[in-house]
Amino acid sequence: MNSQHYRPNIWRRMHIDLPLLIGLLALMVYGAFAIYSASGTNFAMVERQAVRMALALGAMLFMAQINPEVLRRWALPIYLTGVVLLIGVHFFGEVNKGAQRWLNIGFMEFQPSELMKLAFPITMAWYISKFPLPPKKRYLSGAAVLLLVPTLLIAKQPDLGTSILVASSGVFVLFLSGMSWRIVLSLIGSALAFLPVLWFYLMHDYQRTRVLTLLDPEKDPLGAGYHIIQSQIAIGSGGLWGKGWLQGTQSQLEFLPERHTDFIFAVIGEEFGLIGSLILLAIYLYVIGRGLVIASRAQTSFARLLAGSITLTFFVYIFVNIGMVSGILPVVGVPLPLISYGGTSMISLMIGFGILMSVSTHRRFINR
Amino acid sequence: MSPKKRMTIHDHAAEASLFKRRALFTFLCVMAMISILLYNLYYLQVESFKDYSTRSNDNRIRVVPVSPNRGLIYDRNGVLLAENRPFYSLKVLPEKAKNLADTLKQLQQVIELSNDEIDNFNEALKYQRRFKPLTLKSRLTEEQVAVFSVNQYKYPGVYVEAGLKRYYPFDGLLTHVLGYVGKINQKDRARLEASDDWKNYAATKDIGKQGIERYYESLLHGTPGHLEEEVNNRGRTIRTLKSTPPVSGQDIYLTIDINLQKKAMEMLAGRRGSVVAIDPRDGGILALVSSPSYDPNQFVHGISGKAYRSLLNDDSRPLINRATQGQYAPASTIKPLMALAGLEDNTIDEKTRIWDPGFWQIPNVEHKYRDWKRWGHGWVDIHHAIIDSCDTFFYEMAYKLGIDRISEFMMPFGFGDNSGIDIFEESPGNMPTRDWKQLKYEQPWYIGDTISIGIGQGYWTATPLQLANATAILANHGRRYVPHLLRAMQSQQTNVPAPVDERPPIVLKDENNWDIVNDSMYRTANKIRFKDSPYKAAMKTGTAQVVSVAQDAKYDAKAIKERHRDNALIVAYAPYENPTIVVSVVLENAGWGGENAGPVAKAMLDEYLLRPKTSGKE
Repeated sequence: MNSQHYRPNIWRRMHIDLPLLIGLLALMVYGAFAIYSASGTNFAMVERQAVRMALALGAMLFMAQINPEVLRRWALPIYLTGVVLLIGVHFFGEVNKGAQRWLNIGFMEFQPSELMKLAFPITMAWYISKFPLPPKKRYLSGAAVLLLVPTLLIAKQPDLGTSILVASSGVFVLFLSGMSWRIVLSLIGSALAFLPVLWFYLMHDYQRTRVLTLLDPEKDPLGAGYHIIQSQIAIGSGGLWGKGWLQGTQSQLEFLPERHTDFIFAVIGEEFGLIGSLILLAIYLYVIGRGLVIASRAQTSFARLLAGSITLTFFVYIFVNIGMVSGILPVVGVPLPLISYGGTSMISLMIGFGILMSVSTHRRFINR
Repeated sequence: MSPKKRMTIHDHAAEASLFKRRALFTFLCVMAMISILLYNLYYLQVESFKDYSTRSNDNRIRVVPVSPNRGLIYDRNGVLLAENRPFYSLKVLPEKAKNLADTLKQLQQVIELSNDEIDNFNEALKYQRRFKPLTLKSRLTEEQVAVFSVNQYKYPGVYVEAGLKRYYPFDGLLTHVLGYVGKINQKDRARLEASDDWKNYAATKDIGKQGIERYYESLLHGTPGHLEEEVNNRGRTIRTLKSTPPVSGQDIYLTIDINLQKKAMEMLAGRRGSVVAIDPRDGGILALVSSPSYDPNQFVHGISGKAYRSLLNDDSRPLINRATQGQYAPASTIKPLMALAGLEDNTIDEKTRIWDPGFWQIPNVEHKYRDWKRWGHGWVDIHHAIIDSCDTFFYEMAYKLGIDRISEFMMPFGFGDNSGIDIFEESPGNMPTRDWKQLKYEQPWYIGDTISIGIGQGYWTATPLQLANATAILANHGRRYVPHLLRAMQSQQTNVPAPVDERPPIVLKDENNWDIVNDSMYRTANKIRFKDSPYKAAMKTGTAQVVSVAQDAKYDAKAIKERHRDNALIVAYAPYENPTIVVSVVLENAGWGGENAGPVAKAMLDEYLLRPKTSGKE
């Protein structure tokens, strides 16, 4: 063990965690095959996705070089920038499909909520790790303020998926920090008590429709229920072994909507069957396990909490997306991480994994 | 730690182990939640696999019915009477046409398009998928097809499509036999649904409306096939998975002899009337003509309201099938049958003679029933009475027989009832009885009513088909066949003869009576009309007073006068010893039967018996 510190191997010197990288690459390859099929065998789309994968890997590698201590020091300024940008979106954002998510910053358009996805776990980890752990109750109000401001700003856009991801990354930090079970349970209780308020006062009609559709998709099979019904038909008709790659009738004949983006899991379920889904979930579980191992081995509380939060948020993506596509959660715009076609989430996810690698490879001699 | 910060003491080891415990707990939670996802996937993909598999196939597989080709109709010698002809439509596939408005404009340089056609097209365009072809113009002429085909390369997405439509090559010659096909309407649909045949018509547009086309619809229609196509979410066909070809309807052969049919039409020469020819050996109808007729082809593509109204309002009533629906007083044509009734009833015998002073009176009644010959026939026996068509003889016989016995005797000859011919357009005519009059007019039967019946007038009406059929029974010495038009049907390359429907024969107490009456008809024929014929014929003419054909006051004086003229009738058969053809002719308002209807009947028999035999004719 000790010898590692003196003669770090090539991966270590590049700040790459090889087991994690293998898992991530496996997902990307799986994704490339799924996208080729979901796009109707459009190789150009696979090429574009490959370019994004390369960019994302580059971003990961870049982040891996940055010592977690640097992130900790910059946590508050990053967070404040993110909040300012979110407020900016609220006033100057571009409206697209009824949602105000994009900010035009001259040379490009950009989603501040994506920045917040990364900034928030850093901020929360920074805030909580200032105090001896487990955190005292009196620090929670500060944490609550930190959490609510970006969550509500993003939910207001409206972007329920991202606000869930942001909020849960904060909650994970609190939970991993060792917050007492009493507080955890009372928080869960008050969250449940808050649900009716959310339903009647905060949710948009279309969001309520999505929840109701989940309960009875057949009520409006060609309207609100169409996505979920077609996706369940695709998954269910895949059976145990699937219809075979490029053979999914639901996907190839375009009955599945959003099949290369948010609903790509339905293509996987249809063409690769339960076995293919199992393999995918096994890779995900492997990546999550590796992430938690990295977190557990981290030398500072900040690094631990940050790495743990990033890993668990990754799982939230998976659970919300597959739950939505297979019909046990309402439709929320969350992509299947590292598989769905699209660059933004791919890059922010890989930046997160870059942080994990940084945590894994920037070690000091003494634990702090 | 920054010195600004409040002094905090971190127990690193404790924090690390607390984190590990929490991390382990969350990992277990993650596993639990993944199990939920997996259980749900198991439920969808294994437990409900069949259900979702079916629904997935329902999504992608579309079953397209393919209409069968309608069976063809031939005459007895194999001459095609009804065929399926290709007709051409100009189709446009909107997605392939570069600029629809321009294309339409340029098309007009090649093919004339009416504003209606363009409007209809634009209207249909709004409701159609762009990859579904639309009809721009239907019923292109061959010339238009040729001109367009040469220029087709200029118009991408525009093409000519051929379909099949019924075509009747003889136009109006056979309309009242064949009927016609037309678009399936609500009534047809209800009928098909009631008989559970509607599913077979999913791809069929036309259905038999009248005549043979309607009566044998189930033979002619065939069985539809279907294509199983894979479609995408917008309904576009991706490929054909399976195809079951349709089974064409059966071809049918009619008993009609087209040459005889032509001859009859030619002899009628546009006059109002009807000719029916039957083969007495099996009841097969050789010719069935109702004049004037009309072209059935105009109904196939949908007749215009104007054209239909003009047919409907035509005062010569072309839409009526006179041969089976025209109800005429049979007049003297039934005198042989009346004589037969008298013989059979022993009212008279071959030697009975009566004195005809030119009129007849009911005993103790002043009213004189006049004979057509004012000065009378003198002494007449049964032969004389038939040959010269003596009225007085039959007045007296009707008087002696009475209406009950007359009706009872005549009904087995087919009077007053549908003949059973295989078309639906038929009327039963009327063979009056006491009950019938009471029911219809709420009046008792008077003796005077019976006297008119004796010469085939009064309440007695019959269709030309009934007259031919009754004559066939007489010539056959009582053997009875249901008159029919279907001779054979073709099923899988083999001809299956249609069953002949024979009814129990009429048996007389004295079979000699058949010969007596037929002999009189033979002598009638040989008196003038068939004196020089190379074959032996028998016949009886009739001249019917037109009693009460309802007259519209609108008609001009000349027309009224014309419509009040007598109907000319004749029944005839030949060869006398072994008859192969029976003919009945009715000419409305033509005058004297013998001189007007006679030549028509003779032409028919000549045509049938003297024409060089063509192959296949019996």
